[in-house]
This record gives sequence, structure tokens and C-alpha cells, in this order.
Amino acid sequence: MKMITAIIRPEKLDDVKAALFAAEVEGLTITRVSGHGGEKTVLESYRGHPLVYEFHDKVRLDIGVSEPFVDVTIEAIVKAGKTGQVGDGKIFVFPVEKVVRIRTGEVDRDAVTPVHMLQKK
Amino acid sequence: MTKKKPILFLALAAMLLVSWAVLADATGDKTGGIANVPAQVAGKPTLEEIGAAVGQTRVSLNFVWTLVAGFLVMFMQAGFALAETGFTRARNAAHTMMMNFMVYALGILGFWVCGFALQMGGSGAPMGASLTVPETMTKLIGPSIGGNIWGLFGGTGFFLSGVSYDVAAFALFLFQMVFMDTALTIPTGSMAERWKLSAFVIYGLVVSAVVYPLFACWAWGGGWLSTLGKYVGLGHGYVDFAGSGVVHLTGGVMALTGAIVLGPRIGKYVKGEAQAIPGHNLPMAVLGCFILAFGWFGFNAGSTLAGTDLRISVVAVNTMLASASGAFLAFLYTWKKFGRPDLSMAVNGMLAGLVAITAPCAFVTAPSAVLIGAVSGVLVVAAALFIENRLKIDDPVGAIAVHGVNGAWGLIALGLFADGTYGGGLNGGPAAGVAGLLYGDPKQLVAQFIGIGANLLWVGGSSFALFKIIDLVLGMRVKPEQEMQGLDFNEISAPSYPGEGSPVHFPVFASVPAKVTSTLLVTQPSPAGGK
Repeated sequence: MKMITAIIRPEKLDDVKAALFAAEVEGLTITRVSGHGGEKTVLESYRGHPLVYEFHDKVRLDIGVSEPFVDVTIEAIVKAGKTGQVGDGKIFVFPVEKVVRIRTGEVDRDAVTPVHMLQKK
Repeated sequence: MTKKKPILFLALAAMLLVSWAVLADATGDKTGGIANVPAQVAGKPTLEEIGAAVGQTRVSLNFVWTLVAGFLVMFMQAGFALAETGFTRARNAAHTMMMNFMVYALGILGFWVCGFALQMGGSGAPMGASLTVPETMTKLIGPSIGGNIWGLFGGTGFFLSGVSYDVAAFALFLFQMVFMDTALTIPTGSMAERWKLSAFVIYGLVVSAVVYPLFACWAWGGGWLSTLGKYVGLGHGYVDFAGSGVVHLTGGVMALTGAIVLGPRIGKYVKGEAQAIPGHNLPMAVLGCFILAFGWFGFNAGSTLAGTDLRISVVAVNTMLASASGAFLAFLYTWKKFGRPDLSMAVNGMLAGLVAITAPCAFVTAPSAVLIGAVSGVLVVAAALFIENRLKIDDPVGAIAVHGVNGAWGLIALGLFADGTYGGGLNGGPAAGVAGLLYGDPKQLVAQFIGIGANLLWVGGSSFALFKIIDLVLGMRVKPEQEMQGLDFNEISAPSYPGEGSPVHFPVFASVPAKVTSTLLVTQPSPAGGK
């Protein structure tokens, strides 16, 4: 299993979510974050004084997936989240030791599989 | 010094006590009397002197009434600012506020240069029972057909100078200006969250100077719509007591053409389906709605232009009743339709009731007022959904449904429900009161429809052309990436909410860090510097 953490543009969230759902990746956690990549800093002014916005608004996705879904997930995020401009974000993939579904106590692969897909099996 | 102080204090206190004992009038019975009538022999005025004093007192009352009502209408700008900003997103809050704020300044200047002259410059008349512009402002320009002038615009009063440097002209300028500004600020709602500020400035000046004043002249400045009764026998001509048409239909039509030219906000339509884009602060919008309802008492009751006209109580109560039934019906209708009542639609319902009663408020009975408001409450919801889902026009605040659709409904309602008890001789029409279809005068309804048609043609045509020209020359709409990021961040120097809720949260440095200035800046630091 892997934990996939992606930092994307907030305006791309809807597209990325649609692409993930289309790829049957349905469990995800999102967080509003601010970050600094290679983007230019924006300078505004307030009452004549400069105001620096060094960090940009981003959305962070955390998705725990079983091995067959790792590449699918990455591909969906890259395809849907790309604009070609600096600031499209990054994807980080981490190994996961253990996953537990709190409601049932299921572990690992069963725990990261959506409930309706488990029932199909 | 220190020893004298208590003595001085005691002396002062004693004097005050004595003077109170002599002059105090706690009941008010002795304040004001014959001594206050200006006379050659104090306390013994002649009949002429009494007559002059009574006349001036009546006119004073009309001045004070009209001005205070105008002040109330001015406060409606705050209501619009809050309602529109509450109904839109946080990332555009400073931009929406900036438009609602600057529209006041732009409107005053445009109206002062030539708007007031074009609107009222031909309507001068001797002051009788209500306030009018001075007799010298009588240059009405328009074609002469059959010996009658069909006025198109006035020709005196530019820059409030010359013959219009007059107390009555100034009082009416204030009152008419705040009405014009109400119309001017309506489209900022339907065009919010994507309109370029530079384009908005051109719009504000042109509409306040030309587009609004012409239609207002036709209705209120002695122009051709108002004389339809006198010359062609259509009731009392086009009657629009406080401006369902002149103000609200005008604003609503401009809101429509503007929203069409701009197109929907990014994300409003996904595969042709309208999406919900919730406003960021509904309590702010509700506060705005209450301020509007409060200011509306000035809007409608003030439109008698006479505190001596006791019909003001009927006008004010009709206004109140229609706002109540509008709000209540919108509340009930959305409850039935969506399963739970919708606060933003209830707010629109109250405003719709107010818009619709604005034309007929002086001419209808209380039950009619309740009915007119009730129809508005349902109409505004149905119209907002129709505009959004069928016409695919994105109107973030519902301005087209509230002001456009219900403005037209108010004009028709007058043509249906006016009960003939008020408005005799209005617009030079018959001595009997204004009566609608249900009270025996179908021709009044015809005049109302002509007014609606004229408004759609003139305001719709001219505003559409104006927006198209601005679009070609300056561009009407911000770039898509700016819209996504928020207009606060691109059109305005700094966002409304520098913390949570705006596109960027932090940090706000006191000055530009050296590292940043060297390589990464997008824009230049402002010349004022940061020190």
C-alpha cells in the first residue's frame, strides 16, 4: 500500500476529483494549504505599503491506495491537474505500514477498498 | 483662582435655574406661536403676513420631507453594498464593495454634469402643493406633433448652475440623484465577480449622465410617456409613482444586458447545468436587505415630494405590506419547492415585493398591496430559476429577477389595481384619480405597457450597445486566471479578507524582504514605498 499526497491548484480540484472518481479512486482527504514552489511572489499594496503574498493557496490530497491503484491515481492527478504553468504542484508517494478501517477493523487492502466495491467481490 | 471657582460655579448654576424657571416649557404648550410669524408689528401679523408664513411653512415641510427621504434613499447604497457582497464569494468581496462604493461617487458626478439637466431641465413649474424644479427650468426638447411637444430630454440645469442655482432645484437634485444611483448600482450585482473595474467606471459615468436621465425625463421630467394621458387620453399617461420602472426596471434591464455581454462566471455552468455558487456571508446580505427596506420608506413615501401630502401614510404602509407578503411568499414557496426555506430567496422576495409596490404604492388599497407583494414573492423565485436554468444567464445576486421582472410587474400592477382615489390631475391628466383596469380604466394599463416597452427598447438597446463598445475598446471581463484567483487579488490593491477565506492566507510582511525584491516579484513595489 502507498499513501499518495498531492499538492494541486485549488481551481483544479474539481477536475482532479472527477478524474480520480473515473479511475475508481474514491477515498480521499483534502486540506486547504498554502505553499511555496517555484512560483513568483505576488506583491499587492495596502494603503500605499507593499504587501507580499509569498505563499500560494493550494489543495492537498491524501489518498491511501493498494498497489494496483498507485499508477492509476498518479496518472489521473497529473492528467487532470496539469496546466503547464509553474505552480501545478507535486505528488509524493510514501510506503504505508498498516491501514485499519475503524468501523469494521478490516486492515490493509480491504480497509482502503471502498465499501461498495468490497461487496461486489 | 482656586477660591473664585466655587463662587463662579454657584453663580452660574443660579442663573441657569432662574432662566429655566422663566423659560422652560416642559409640556411644549408655550413653544411656538404668533410671535414666530414674521410681521412688521411683532405679534400682530396681517392676513397677508400670516398667509406668507403658512405658505412658507408648507414649502419648508416639503423641503425637509423630500431631503430627509433622500437621505434615507442614499443609505440604500449601504444596503446594496452589503446584500451584493454577502451574496458573492469572499475572494471578490473587496471588488464587489469597491463597485458599490464608487458607484455613489461616479453617479453624483455624472448626474451633476448633465444627468439632472437632461432629466428635469424641462419640467419647471410654479411650486404648488409639492416640490418642483424652479419655473425657469422649462427647456423641454423633443419633436412637436400636432402642436404638442413630446419631450425627450430637458435642456437647463447643467452643472447645477445658472437658472438651477436655486434651493428647489438643489433639493430635487439630491432626491433624484439618489434614485438614479439606485438604478446605477443594480447591475453591479448581476455582473459581480467578473467585471473589470475600468469598464465599470465608464458604465457609471455614461449611464448616470445619459441613459438613466432620458427615460426618467420621459416619465418624471414632463417627457412623452407622462403626456400620453394629456395628449392621447391614455389615463394619466405612464404613471410610475416612485420608480418601479424608472429606477428598478432600468436597473434590471441593464443587469440583464450586462450579464449577457459578460457571460457566466467560470464554473457556473457544467455541461449546461447551473451550479450553486453560494454567497460567502448570508447574515451580511440580510442586514443589507433590512437597510434597503428601511431606505425604501424614503424611496416611496418621499416620492410625494410633499410632507404636506398626508397620503404618505398610505404609501408607507402599502410599502411595508408588500415587503411582508413578498418575503413570506418567497419563504413559503421555496419551502414547498426545495423542501426547506431558502434564506437568500426570502431576502430576494422581500426586495421583489418592495420593487413591485414602488410604482403603485400611492394608488392601491392595502389588500391590493398585499396581493402585489405576494405575487412578487413567487415571481422572483420562478424568474430567478428561469433566468439561470433556461436562459443560462448567470446573475449572482438575482438582480434581474428582483428589479427587472418585478419592476415590470409593479408597473402592470398599477395599471390593474389603482383604485381611483388618488392622483387626480397627475401628469396633466383627468381630474379623477388614477384608476386601473379593475377600477374601470383599461387605458391606464395601455400606458403602463407603453412605458415598459419604451424602457426595454431604450435602456436595453443603449446599455447593450454601451457594454459592447466598452468590451471592444477596454474589455469588459477580467482574464480567466484572475477570475479563478479572485478579483480582490487582481482588480483591487489588497483583498477584503487577508486571513482565512481569501485566496491567500498569509503572511503579510511589513516590508518586502530583500530576497523577494531581487528575483521573484511579479509587480513593481508601489512608489510610496513600504517604510
